[in-house]
Amino acid sequence: MKLKTLLLGAVACAALAPAAFAERGKDGNVSIIYWQAPSILNPFLSGGTKDVESSSLVLEPLARYDDKGEIVPFLAEEVPTLANGGVSEDLTTITWKIKPGLLWSDGSPFTSADVKFTAEYCMHPEGGCAQLSFFDGVQSVETPDDLTVKVTFNQPKPNPYGPFVGGQSPILQKAQFENCTGAKAPECTQQNFNPVGTGPFKVVEFKPNDVITLEANPNYRDPNKPAFATVTFKGGGDATGAARAVFETGEFDYAWNLQLAPDVIAKMEAGGKGKAITGFGPLVERIEVNMTDPSPSLDADTRSTRKAPHPFLSDINVRAALSMAIDRELLVEVGYGKAGKPTCDLVPVPDNYAAKNDFCMVQDIEGANKLLEDAGWVKGADGVRAKDGVRLSLVYATSTNAVRQDFQALIKDWWAEIGVETELRNASASVFFGGDPGSPDTFQKFYADVEMYANTFNGTDPQQYLAAYRCGAEPKPESQWQGENINRFCDPAYDALIDELARTGDIAKRGEIAIKMNNMLTKDSHTIIGLVHRGRVSGQSNTLGGHVLNVWDSELWDAADWFRKQGS
Amino acid sequence: MTESAPKRIGALTDTIPSQPPRSQWLDVWDQFKQHKGALIGGITFLTIILAVVVGPEIWWVDAQYLPKGREFINLRDTRPIYHALWDESAKVSWLYPLGTDNLGRDTLARMMQGGRVSIAVGLTAMLLSILLGTLIGVTAGYFRRLDGPLMRLTDLFLALPLLPMILVASLLFREALSKTFGVEGGVFVLVVGLIGITSWMHTARIVRGDVLALKEREFILAAQSIGTKPSKLVMRHLLPNVMSPIMVSATLGIAVAIITESALSFLGFGFPPDFPTWGRLLNDSVDRMDLYPERVLWPGLAISLTVLSVNYLGDGLRDALDPRIRGR
Repeated sequence: MKLKTLLLGAVACAALAPAAFAERGKDGNVSIIYWQAPSILNPFLSGGTKDVESSSLVLEPLARYDDKGEIVPFLAEEVPTLANGGVSEDLTTITWKIKPGLLWSDGSPFTSADVKFTAEYCMHPEGGCAQLSFFDGVQSVETPDDLTVKVTFNQPKPNPYGPFVGGQSPILQKAQFENCTGAKAPECTQQNFNPVGTGPFKVVEFKPNDVITLEANPNYRDPNKPAFATVTFKGGGDATGAARAVFETGEFDYAWNLQLAPDVIAKMEAGGKGKAITGFGPLVERIEVNMTDPSPSLDADTRSTRKAPHPFLSDINVRAALSMAIDRELLVEVGYGKAGKPTCDLVPVPDNYAAKNDFCMVQDIEGANKLLEDAGWVKGADGVRAKDGVRLSLVYATSTNAVRQDFQALIKDWWAEIGVETELRNASASVFFGGDPGSPDTFQKFYADVEMYANTFNGTDPQQYLAAYRCGAEPKPESQWQGENINRFCDPAYDALIDELARTGDIAKRGEIAIKMNNMLTKDSHTIIGLVHRGRVSGQSNTLGGHVLNVWDSELWDAADWFRKQGS
Repeated sequence: MTESAPKRIGALTDTIPSQPPRSQWLDVWDQFKQHKGALIGGITFLTIILAVVVGPEIWWVDAQYLPKGREFINLRDTRPIYHALWDESAKVSWLYPLGTDNLGRDTLARMMQGGRVSIAVGLTAMLLSILLGTLIGVTAGYFRRLDGPLMRLTDLFLALPLLPMILVASLLFREALSKTFGVEGGVFVLVVGLIGITSWMHTARIVRGDVLALKEREFILAAQSIGTKPSKLVMRHLLPNVMSPIMVSATLGIAVAIITESALSFLGFGFPPDFPTWGRLLNDSVDRMDLYPERVLWPGLAISLTVLSVNYLGDGLRDALDPRIRGR
């Protein structure tokens, strides 16, 4: 009898084991470190990648991009296409079917009303929504029933996967944010810090610019996921510290965006606790040229707004010369090694949309000097060029990061050779990308003449990314300094192309238009000076499983599938 | 009647001094010499100052000079010259005795240039904070009516979170100052001013306490009774007696100022990133600490040596300047 019981017990255990393997919360805690600390968990109020990605643990879109750049359904049952009838023949509507039975983490049902509300929230005229370009051309969002959302565009939309797709455009809960629309949006601290979501985790405590504590969402749609019961999401510090914490000490399981020199990463990997993972997405390190005057002598309503054009950067010759003076290959060698390639473009991939310009690949100090000379900028006694009393003296801002500071020093030196005086400035990444309208050091406010950072787009279609440079979409005092047109680029011909791209369905034609737009910003106007096409490098602990680096969407897109490897 | 000179009373005759009189400063020097640590500290401090002031005149390599073109790729892993002692294959060059940084800039030149700034910031900020601290401490201690308000002000400053306040202040004044004094000059004034204004409180408290005690002593009473004006009383009787705590605060202040400056630079509120200071050099090198330990070692050593030597110097000076300790 006894033996039989034992045997039965053993059999039962064996049968239960696989089930136990995929049990929610069995793997304890996972620690993630982002060296730029999230300051808000509402991606609609911040353009910062750190905020978008941290919130993607909680908030989810209807569909998102996988590691190959293909759209996969998340909250939707399937991705609507022309073939399955989800997208209308005239390309003006897209109808999403939501998975039945979805619950918010507070237990209330997820309905189409929440989706509709999200659109209203972002498209509110006074809201200053940071992701407004995702809702470009949306005429109306209708909800025929609780599980159906029909988006109607004001014109044929060949790429209708803007709203509610990707980590930058997730769904907010209507019940929670109902009273937080328009100008009140930034004031709803409780909501913005603790959004209720449908994702694998829910917020326990959010300390802005520090730590987020999360726990498994009890109402997550897959009862066996996530494998981790809690998440400690630490923000702040620097890339070096983050890399050390994963590679050398093993304190953290995942570190995002290790922007470190190649020799440094290789040395740290020898620590043996983790490995660096890379992937090439559309991430481009660039210099953005301010087309407006950031002079401190202007009053707050005029400074760095389109009311005041820049005294010398509005001259295309100056911008072209700045670009010509840069040796991009050298920059790659110093800062990125295998994780970077020189580029002149804003959109480097995918192939269909990449202009593959090479006008800037060879450094040409002499040519730059000649260009400036011919344009009437004459070198003064101090070696700085001037014209009509305007000196070519500029402020060059970026975030605090060893690689970026090396770039600054090198570029300053090259610019000195063409008679441009440069003052370097750097601000802590949490401040620079923080989007706080009160701080003068944010990249949106652009109180500098040129600034350097990297940006990317989610998915494989650059339409929204390029639409960001629409005239009027720039950060300005009236929009609480939110907006995407960072360098205040303004060209009616470009705006017309944005609309044309939005109307065009033919993929080859789309590529043509996108390349033209890319060239208008880079080759033809040098408003954006491309530097390095960067691979994304992240650090992953050897004991963390289930993660695939995704360069097309939030890196934490598959957090629900993460688990702790057995035997570790 | 003939007048005769009054007879001298024996006790009142002056004896001729057996040795020439000594000045007070000679005594101070004698006492100072006794303190070995102070002597070594003083010499070290003078050497460091000499090195950073005169050094760049002799070693005239521009600290901000970047090797042109691709040249620096070959230069950026140059090690200090002494590496050749134990590693024959090490890449060294007499042109770069302390090696180079990651962009091929000469470390020796950057150390000296950085030292100029760091020491200038340290000394000026210290002077400012001592001046403020002493002024407020003496005023509060001597004039009873001002005691309350001034000490509450001190408490107020002590209660402020300093780093955030410095950050806010630097946001507000950075642009205005850099317009008046130029970029680097503006930051210098800003950093020195901010550190000075936020670090006088401890000096003020200590000085006040000492002045309160001294005020009740007989020699002050005596001075007051013969009609000495308060200003003279403070200058002649009070200040020399509170010299020792001031000296100690001053030496500690230099260290704090150098460290605060590097913290500010790191946060992006100090000097521009290509402008070398010891704190900045240290911060820049942390990434490659295990590959190139000398890049953190030298600036770190320089900061520690400066702080330590100033501390010892202050200790010796305090002993030497205090007439009660002197000669014991």
